[in-house]
Amino acid sequence: MITRKVRKWEKLPGKNTFCCDGRVMMARQKGVFYLTLFLITGTCALFFAFECPYLAVSLSPAIPVFAVLLFLFVMAMLLRTSFSDPGVLPRALPEEATFIEMEIEAANGNVPAGQRPPPRIRNVQINNQIVKLKYCYTCKIFRPPRASHCSICDNCVDRFDHHCPWVGNCVGKRNYRYFYLFTLSLSLLTIYIFTFDIVHVVMREYPDTPLASHRLNVLEVLVCFFTLWSVVGLTGFHTYLISLNQTTNEDIKGSWSGKNRGQNPYSHKNIIKNCCEVLCGPTYPSVLDRRGLLQEDTPIPSSNPVPQTTKTTAPLIPNEHTPDDAKPSIAASAEKSSSPKEEHPAATKVPPLASPETDAETSIAKERAH
Amino acid sequence: LFHNLQELRHSASLANKVFIQRDYSEGTTCKFQTKFPSELESRIERTLFEDTVKTLNNYYAEAEKIGGQSYLEGCLACATAYLIFLCMETRYEKVLKKIAKYIQEQNEKIYAPRGLLITDPIERGMRVIEISIYEDRGSSGSSSGSSSVSGSTAR
Repeated sequence: MITRKVRKWEKLPGKNTFCCDGRVMMARQKGVFYLTLFLITGTCALFFAFECPYLAVSLSPAIPVFAVLLFLFVMAMLLRTSFSDPGVLPRALPEEATFIEMEIEAANGNVPAGQRPPPRIRNVQINNQIVKLKYCYTCKIFRPPRASHCSICDNCVDRFDHHCPWVGNCVGKRNYRYFYLFTLSLSLLTIYIFTFDIVHVVMREYPDTPLASHRLNVLEVLVCFFTLWSVVGLTGFHTYLISLNQTTNEDIKGSWSGKNRGQNPYSHKNIIKNCCEVLCGPTYPSVLDRRGLLQEDTPIPSSNPVPQTTKTTAPLIPNEHTPDDAKPSIAASAEKSSSPKEEHPAATKVPPLASPETDAETSIAKERAH
Repeated sequence: LFHNLQELRHSASLANKVFIQRDYSEGTTCKFQTKFPSELESRIERTLFEDTVKTLNNYYAEAEKIGGQSYLEGCLACATAYLIFLCMETRYEKVLKKIAKYIQEQNEKIYAPRGLLITDPIERGMRVIEISIYEDRGSSGSSSGSSSVSGSTAR
């Protein structure tokens, strides 16, 4: 058997695409994201090429300078939102999934034949409010509060806000503030360009202006006008959500409105506190170790005809042969007891457990790599 | 029984795993339940287990604390368009390192000698604390199918 090292991102389930050897993580469809990039850079390029020379000379050179800074900030926020892990929750490994299944079965008791078992829901009390946690059949976990499964990316995302095609990624716990800053700074940039376009038109009205640059000017104004209404509107909407500490997902589902109004258990009931938590809270680490290394065993073509499964659900600890191979029933079911031992790929090797040194190293390496 | 991790690795086989779930009673901040699982009853003292989980909870609370320092970090980072994170480690990352070290220590001093091993929650998506229960390979032989509570035979 050939053992080779692969990066964990290559084995991650879900429909994300990865670039730069796992450093960049995006959704599969990126077309609209390229459109966003094109619109922003295109409009700014026109602005810098045709308006700025005139404005710098007749008004102040600070105008293009500030525009450049703002443009760079917008791009930084956009790329940060698009390329980062939104807060994806890794799927449960087989043992965890089995453990949860057993708990569910124990809780359900005996279901009469022919009847559908009750829906898998766990009730938790958060700040004196009962919140229902739903079971995700794809990820085999009970979703934490505020998490939701994105069908486009096929992942459960923590504090799921929405899937944004304009940034080509989900917006969740880890990148929400970058998304918000992106919409906010883009609003400012659009207003800025729009204003100076108007100023330019007004100031140049009397002297002759070349026809071509006039047309480009009009184009810029149009793009800005439509962008303005949508982006400013979006920024306003998210400002409202932030002040109430709600997600778009909760807002759409009406979780904390209507008859549930005023019962949001996550809200601090104070606009400043809510804003501070969302915008200035801690920067959460990614729990997907995308660039960690994994051992993958591939069979040498000449050996056994039955292909050995590569460890797609490999443990997150490197250098470990899945103890699953050797293993035991978590439940005390007699049928399972003897067979796993026999089937254990005779690697007379003891299922080594990663030493804590490896664990610590992995965590450090992972944080570094991110 | 097992004097260190090396011994654990060479002479034990995995019997069972217990998953300590998250405690959401105070919101979405990272906190684990301190309820003592029945499978561990014969393997470790309740107080030791509770201490471990409480210490971990304290670490996570420290990492996720919203206050003066987190605001400063947030505002400074924003002012540099978050480029500062290319060279600086976030507070959360610093605490995660401390947690990794703590878990390693706990494994070496307390858990491995009792045939147990804790997996760092970050390796399980911060969803659970996975505790692996080992049986002494020699003594329990084919009894892997037996109930998880009878780990006492391993002693």
